[in-house]
Amino acid sequence: MSGFGTGALGRVVRSGVGRRRVQTVVIAVAVMMAVASAVVAGSLMVAADAPFDKAFARQNGAHLTAEYDPAKASTAQLEATGRVDGVTATAGPYPVTSIRPVDGGGGHLRPVTLAGRSAAHADVDDLELSLGRWAEKPGEIVLTTQVAGPAFQLGSTLRSSDAADAPTLTVVGIAVSAGRSADAWATPAQVTALASKDTPVTSQMLYRLDSADTGGQIAAARKKLTAAVPQGALLGTQSYLDTKRAADTSAAVTIPFLIAFGVLGIAMSLIIVGSVVSGAVGTSLRRIGILKAIGFTPREVVRAYVAQALIPAGAGIALGVVLGNLLAVPLLNDTEQVYGTASLTVAWWVDVVVVVAALLVVGIAALVPALRAGRLRTVEAIAVGRAPRTGRGQWAHRAAGRLPLPRAVTYGLAAPFAHPVRTAAMLLAVAFGTVAATFALGLTSSLTAVAEAGDPESRAAVTVFTGADGPTVTRGPAPAAGTAEPPAAPEPGTAEPPAAADPARVRAAVEAQPGTASYYGKTQADVTVGGVSGTARASLYEGDSRSGAYEMISGHWITGRGQVVVPSRFLEKTGTELGDTVRVTHQGRTQTLRIVGEAFDTSDDELEIHADLADFPAAAPGVFLVEVKPGVSATEYARELAAEIQPLGGDAHANSPSEQDGLLLIVQAMAALLTLMLVSVAGLGVLNSVVLDTRERVHDLGVCKALGMSPRQTVGLVLASVAGIGVLGGLVGVPAGFALHAYVLPVMGDAAGTDLPPSVLDVYDTPRLVLLGLAGLTIALLGALLPAGWAARARTATALRTE
Amino acid sequence: MTSPTSPTTTTHVIELAGVAKRYDSAGAPALGPLDLAVAQGEALAVTGPSGSGKSTLLNLVAGLDRPTEGTVTVDGRRIDRLSEHALARFRRERIGMVFQFFNLLDDLTVADNIQLPAQLTGTARRQAAARAGELMELLAIQKHARAYPGRLSGGERQRVAVARALVNRPALLLADEPTGALDTASGQDVRDLLVDLHRGGQTIVLVTHDLALAEACASRSIHLVDGHLALDTTVEAVR
Repeated sequence: MSGFGTGALGRVVRSGVGRRRVQTVVIAVAVMMAVASAVVAGSLMVAADAPFDKAFARQNGAHLTAEYDPAKASTAQLEATGRVDGVTATAGPYPVTSIRPVDGGGGHLRPVTLAGRSAAHADVDDLELSLGRWAEKPGEIVLTTQVAGPAFQLGSTLRSSDAADAPTLTVVGIAVSAGRSADAWATPAQVTALASKDTPVTSQMLYRLDSADTGGQIAAARKKLTAAVPQGALLGTQSYLDTKRAADTSAAVTIPFLIAFGVLGIAMSLIIVGSVVSGAVGTSLRRIGILKAIGFTPREVVRAYVAQALIPAGAGIALGVVLGNLLAVPLLNDTEQVYGTASLTVAWWVDVVVVVAALLVVGIAALVPALRAGRLRTVEAIAVGRAPRTGRGQWAHRAAGRLPLPRAVTYGLAAPFAHPVRTAAMLLAVAFGTVAATFALGLTSSLTAVAEAGDPESRAAVTVFTGADGPTVTRGPAPAAGTAEPPAAPEPGTAEPPAAADPARVRAAVEAQPGTASYYGKTQADVTVGGVSGTARASLYEGDSRSGAYEMISGHWITGRGQVVVPSRFLEKTGTELGDTVRVTHQGRTQTLRIVGEAFDTSDDELEIHADLADFPAAAPGVFLVEVKPGVSATEYARELAAEIQPLGGDAHANSPSEQDGLLLIVQAMAALLTLMLVSVAGLGVLNSVVLDTRERVHDLGVCKALGMSPRQTVGLVLASVAGIGVLGGLVGVPAGFALHAYVLPVMGDAAGTDLPPSVLDVYDTPRLVLLGLAGLTIALLGALLPAGWAARARTATALRTE
Repeated sequence: MTSPTSPTTTTHVIELAGVAKRYDSAGAPALGPLDLAVAQGEALAVTGPSGSGKSTLLNLVAGLDRPTEGTVTVDGRRIDRLSEHALARFRRERIGMVFQFFNLLDDLTVADNIQLPAQLTGTARRQAAARAGELMELLAIQKHARAYPGRLSGGERQRVAVARALVNRPALLLADEPTGALDTASGQDVRDLLVDLHRGGQTIVLVTHDLALAEACASRSIHLVDGHLALDTTVEAVR
């Protein structure tokens, strides 16, 4: 150590880093991308952990949301409910009403619960603004991320209804309520102004309870609140347990997907960082030999080379953490929308864990070959760079030489066998990249199929309301699970049905309307089903309802009377199977229906059944769902039809495309970004390996060029050296990605409480699989292209002098 | 004795006119300016101390490097203006190279090493194998056809390198210190080989420190000092 203090070591390290700039840059970039992907993957995995509970706790969400009739309970009486035993905090009363907004294109959104709050912050349900600001004056509205979806941005406008004099509201903010106390907020004065006879103002109170772990505890609190106000004042309540269940179900769908990507990202990061660093040290053996020859001790050699690896890797780690945090922002924003939470950020400890883990991996990856180099006898270490190689891969050259391909290509094809460990690392990188691409493509295809299969009613261009009892249109909180609301008290937010009309006359108007391509009638009714406690919802269809059919997991859609189609949950809960019969009672009349199909229905957690309207004489179509002829404007069609049927008590709305599922777009965007990132990391891993290989073979390449190998043949040689790895990576990665998809999709389905139909599961066809198989080759070739160019351009005379 | 060229009536395989090579634009040229012509069938030895420009001259003639000034014509073709691709084609068809440290590819067998330049030109495998077999027999290395270079002695390796250099029947054989890494016996072996090749009419440019080698193999010798031609003599004159 005496002759080589830190100064000498420092110079060795600095020169080692500076002299091999390309490799230094490649190490730094590869480590940066790997660390960035680990930060993103780790953040998403953390975000996927109990998102509702975390957001609910942070916002001090309401355990119980109650709506009161302001005519029966004064503000003072409502405020006094905060002193009811078991209540620990309250917010409100806030005025609440329901609106059915119309977007800029004339499309109708689903009914929206609008609450009047003068500020986002409150002791309970402390809202988080993810974008913009709070509504400060009339004409302004703040939407939840779910309502805003992809259609509404800050500054977008909507009308509160399709009435001619309906006010226009400008979106000034996007907010998140973990407890989902409302869909939108405006100033209290605006809410009061938007109320009508059909949608009167109610008073919303938000409660935190000291015990709210079970439905029973919530029900007990509700009883106390009911008793604390005048009789009939409490219109309805919503338990956070129901919201939590729905939120968890929704979030659960994406958790397996995020975890799969997270694990892929972290595993690939480990492989790339390890192989990049160990490869860099392993190719410096001759230099190490020279250092030992001039007096460096083995320990100093090890220290020098570990430090030499740590400098570019350290820079890569630092940059990677920054890049990872930046990349995580849009992904976490997307995650917020999926989970209905806000303020998701990269947890500080994720950064710390990734940095420490990366440093450890770099250290170990550098230490192992450095120790080996340190232990080598000096003469051996020097000889390693010059002496004939060990003979690894000679058989491969013999075999490849027999292939009927150009010699430069066959020479390249055999090259990977000279470095089995490096080849294995490259193969893993390509395979992981292919797994990511295969999985992402399958996932997006499946999610597209889910979106196409879900909510068939929304597929219709125009919804025609007959004015008869139709689909239940709810707004505001649903009653707490297990609570028995007196029948006399209407559910809060349930729209009063419009004046009854004659569905037959509305049907005649639909048939007579030019532009009608096809239609079917539908209504929903509460029924009781033998063996099921409480009520179930029945969707009843009239006419040819195939265009509104759910995707079938098994069996078929209803084709006539006496048949019923049920979701997977129904079969599970009732222990029934296809072909069994169930007794369904509606308004005192019981029908025995045979289960003919298992529907793929992810709409909610209710036990919704689907049957022929003709089996239920007491029911009449509430809506007609119309497809218009090609070239006919749905908005224009709806306007003209509405003019015809409004005098009959009916109405017609064009369905807004803005109501499409934003979740699909978000998850697709996330899958695309994550795939791009993982494929980039794989490509960088290949790039690094080929850079090392090219550097190591630069002398051989110089010999080949001196013998007359053209630049094009040199490029062909280098690309051929990764082609086999690419093909093999594809052959390994595609089945693995396929298997991952086959494993994760049913887990996502389970989380959503349903089996999945073949259209969602069987998304890979042969041409697609072949193309995906080529993805491995593409990743490998892209990663090798740059060093191939360098090899072709390298000066032959210089290469020949290289030892 | 700075006569730059051989008689103009002969066919020149190499013609250098005003050739200079600078590695540093501000510094003195590593070679030249230099005029040189080498006739077909001539064996030219290039001698000189380290840093005199011998390797630079060889690289320019081989098309491995480009002159800063002047023109380089080899086998009737001006090569200093050719693209890299065209240079590679020219090199593999018209030039054979033998290196001090053999530069054999360790992971290819002797036969494969010899066949490689032929295969790069697109010669059919059977034809390339036949030519390689012919050369191995000529150079008495056929018993090593399936062996790898690492198992051969230095002299055997250099014989393989010579066979590889000759596989495409080049107009010009360039040899850079071909005995520099060999023991005396092996060096003698290679020396005899080069003499035989020259007698057979092969044009050879031989870069060497070894005056005995130059004397034995070359019909003409030039001596470079600091990039300039200091001496140009026929070997008979030297003797």
